[in-house]
This record gives sequence, C-alpha cells and structure tokens, in this order.
Amino acid sequence: MTPDVDAAVTQAFRDHWGQVVATLIRVTGDWDLAEECAQDAFAQAVRRWARDGVPRRPAAWLTTTARNRAVDRLRREAVGAAKLREVAAMTYEPEPGDDGDVPDERLRLMFTCCHPALAMDSQVALTLRTLAGLTTTEIARALLVGEPAMSKRLTRAKRKIRHAGIPYRVPPAHLLPERTPAVLAVLYLLFNEGYSATSGADLVRRNLSAEAIRLARVLARLMPDEPEAVGLLALMLLHDARRDARLDEAGELVTLDAQDRLRWDTAEIAEGAELLDGALRRGRPGTYQVQAAIAACHATAADADDTDWAQIAALYGELARLVPSPVVALNRAVAVGMADGPAAGLALVEVIEASGELAGYHLLPATRADLLRRLDRHVEARDAYREALRSAPTDTERRFLRRRLAEIAAPS
Amino acid sequence: MQYMLLICGDESAAAHANDGCGGWTEEMLRRGVVRGGGGLRPPAEATTVRVRDDEVLLSDGPFAETKEQVGGFCLIECADLDEAIEIAAKHPAAGYGTIEIRPLWTP
Repeated sequence: MTPDVDAAVTQAFRDHWGQVVATLIRVTGDWDLAEECAQDAFAQAVRRWARDGVPRRPAAWLTTTARNRAVDRLRREAVGAAKLREVAAMTYEPEPGDDGDVPDERLRLMFTCCHPALAMDSQVALTLRTLAGLTTTEIARALLVGEPAMSKRLTRAKRKIRHAGIPYRVPPAHLLPERTPAVLAVLYLLFNEGYSATSGADLVRRNLSAEAIRLARVLARLMPDEPEAVGLLALMLLHDARRDARLDEAGELVTLDAQDRLRWDTAEIAEGAELLDGALRRGRPGTYQVQAAIAACHATAADADDTDWAQIAALYGELARLVPSPVVALNRAVAVGMADGPAAGLALVEVIEASGELAGYHLLPATRADLLRRLDRHVEARDAYREALRSAPTDTERRFLRRRLAEIAAPS
Repeated sequence: MQYMLLICGDESAAAHANDGCGGWTEEMLRRGVVRGGGGLRPPAEATTVRVRDDEVLLSDGPFAETKEQVGGFCLIECADLDEAIEIAAKHPAAGYGTIEIRPLWTP
C-alpha cells in the first residue's frame, strides 16, 4: 500500500468511523453487526483504494460498503424481511450541515453511550469503542482493566441497551439539561485519562486525550447553543497546550510556574481562549467554562509573575459557588495566597482544616507548608511538609516535597 | 416495551402504606400504560416455597432478608426506558423508597 493510501485510510478512520458505526446502528439496531460491518468496510478500503484510488467522498464510500456488507449478513442470517428491506433501501445521506433539525448520527450515538442507566465506566468504554473506534485491547490498556473484564463490560452494556429499551436518539429538549452533563463528563474523563497519565510516553493514553478533543469538537459543533460543550472543548485545548512542558526529560512533573512557556502550543491556546470568549458571551457560565477561564489565565500569562492571581481567585470563588467542594476551596486558598499574600491564603486553609473535610488529603498540609514557608514560619512549615510526605500518593510528589523540605531545613 | 416496576422501601415505607398514589394511577390509566399491579402486605407475612428432592420446603418470611423489600409492583407498557424512567420517577414511592425498573423478557 502506498503511503498516500495509508494516510487516507487512517484519516478516514479518524474522521468517519463514528459516523459509519452510528449510521449502521440506526438502520440495523444491532451494535455488534454495525461495528463488524464498519470494520469490514475499512478493511476493504485498504485493498480497494490501493487499486482504484481514494474515492472522492470517502465517508459515502465507507458507509455504502458497510451497508452492503450488512445486507449480505442479514440475508444470510435470514432475519426479518422488513429490517432487510430497510437496510437495503438505505442510501448515504451527506452531512446535514447547518440543518439543526437533523441530529448528527454521532451525537445520537454519544447520548446513547452516555445514557445514565449505564454505569459510568461502561459509558466511557462504550464511547471509546463505538465513537473513537478503539479496540477492546486498547481500551483495556488505557483504562487499566484486564481485557476479559473489559470485553465483558462492553458486551453487557450493549446487551442492556438492547434489552432494557435504551432509546437510540438525542434526548428530547426537556431531558437535555439533565443528560448533557453526562456526555460532557465522559469526554472530560477520557481527556484526563490521557492527560494525567504517569507514563508520559504511553501512546494509547495520549491518544485518549486526542480522541476526547476530537469528540468534544463534534459535540461543540453540533450543540452550538450549549456553552458548556464549547467551554469543555476550550478547557481541554488550554490544558493540552501545556502537555509537552509538564514533564522534564527525566519524566519528572514540572510545576506550572517552572514550565518552559516556549514549549506551550500557542495555536491551541489561541483557539481555546477564543472559544471560551464565545461561550462566556452567552452569559450562562458553568463549571467547564469557569475552569477554562482559570486555565486561560495561566496560559495567557507572559510568565509566572505576570499571572493574574486576583482574577484566578475570583474564578475559584465562582467555581466554589457552582460546585461547593473542599478541593475547590483549597485551590481558591492557593490563589488567594498568591493574590493577597500568604497570610490571607493561610486563613482560608485553616477554615478548611477546621472543617475536617480534607483529612488525609496530602495537598492540604502541602499547601499549608508552602504558605508557612513564605511567611518564614519554618518550624511549622517543616512539620506540615512532613505531614504531607506521609500521605503523598506518588513518588514524583514525594520527591517534590522532599526538595522543598530540604530547602527550608538547610540553615540559612 | 413492557416493564415491571418493583416498588421497594425499608420499614419506614410502612408509614406511607395508606398514602395512596396521589393521582399517579389515574394519570397512568389515562395514558393507557398500566397493565396491572398492586401493593403487597409486609414481608413478615410472606411465605417462601422451594421444592427439593420432591419435598415442599416452606419458610416463614421473604425470599431474601434485605433492608429494602418489594412493597408493590406495577406492570407498564411504554415506548422505551426513558419513558419508563419518567413514569417511575412520578410515582410517589420514588420519593421515599426506590423503584427498580425491569424490562420483561420478550421472545
């Protein structure tokens, strides 16, 4: 196969896999058949495109080929004549474009995979399988689950969709506000699975972030009136822009203030910031938009000292209002500590400590230690660093805390 | 599709035994979704039957002693799971107990 054809098939897979599967699910109602026929169509593309050239409309070619395959299969299995007629009569319909009344097939599939009657881990796995085209092996590896367990989970989810009568559709308007957050949550989870990975070189996990961004793009385009969908895409882009600067050559985590900003992806930052502006103009801020706004404050600062901490502290205040959580409160305390000085931050940390909600969470004593260090209260800071060290979950974090401890332990 | 709604609750559900269904039954009959159903007397009045080696074995009480017990059931016919969820969520018992939606086996 020539490199051109190879690239064309790869590109077609990324762009059209979800669409082909979704269309086939709609007409056959059979998830396994849909996936198998889509796989077949891509396998045929590899052979036929090498011989006949890449078709002018790859999506149409793939959908028609997959449809023909489904007709063959259904004919052989001698299923209901009505379904066979329906599939045989199906023709490829081009992308609906701007017509808001025709939901994109992938949107329908996204909402079905993320139906709240399915367990969250099933929602994630099914989205990766049917929309992103990942193999069971890849999903199992990416989500750190055994392959037989993953295979079972996918089978069970598909069976439940069929037998419990989970509808294959974009939910009606009155259900959208309650259903959309699940879709957004699954996409953000996918992104984070690929972003917070401890092994930075793992390509499968890195691909997860890329797939999450791609699906978020689809969602944002299909739901332009949902500012949170656009906000989520902006948030992912703004985080992803810093990906390469987050680890040094030794694979150690580099904190935000120490990152080499020349390694940040300026195109992604610009796109994320512009998307966010558009979303915020709609005047319906949500958690993703606020988090994206915080990420944008960091991403657009010329250097660490230039960071608008007052703005970040205000945004964390807004986030705490939307999702009252002690972790958000702790982040706000850090931002206030930067904006108004360590004493102001420490006062907030002490309130969280008194509530007991974050007992055992290493970032609580780590934050207190850092604020005490900046107040030159070194004896208390040392105790706090030691407390943080006892509960820090990863080697990378323990190394970071030990470095800080050594800095203030040294007689000055 | 047909679904069985299993209406479950713990002992505190007994306090609602005479509440009625607050118009739920009337609405569902009007919509034509109800195929049957009823409330059950408490688990303490249940008898459980098993036949092993041709011998009928009886025990006093429910099949499984759990915190939550089935207190009533309702068979409904509706379009899909989303409609079944909407119907179940409207049932007053959803406010103090839980409602398990089980699709019926179809040939």
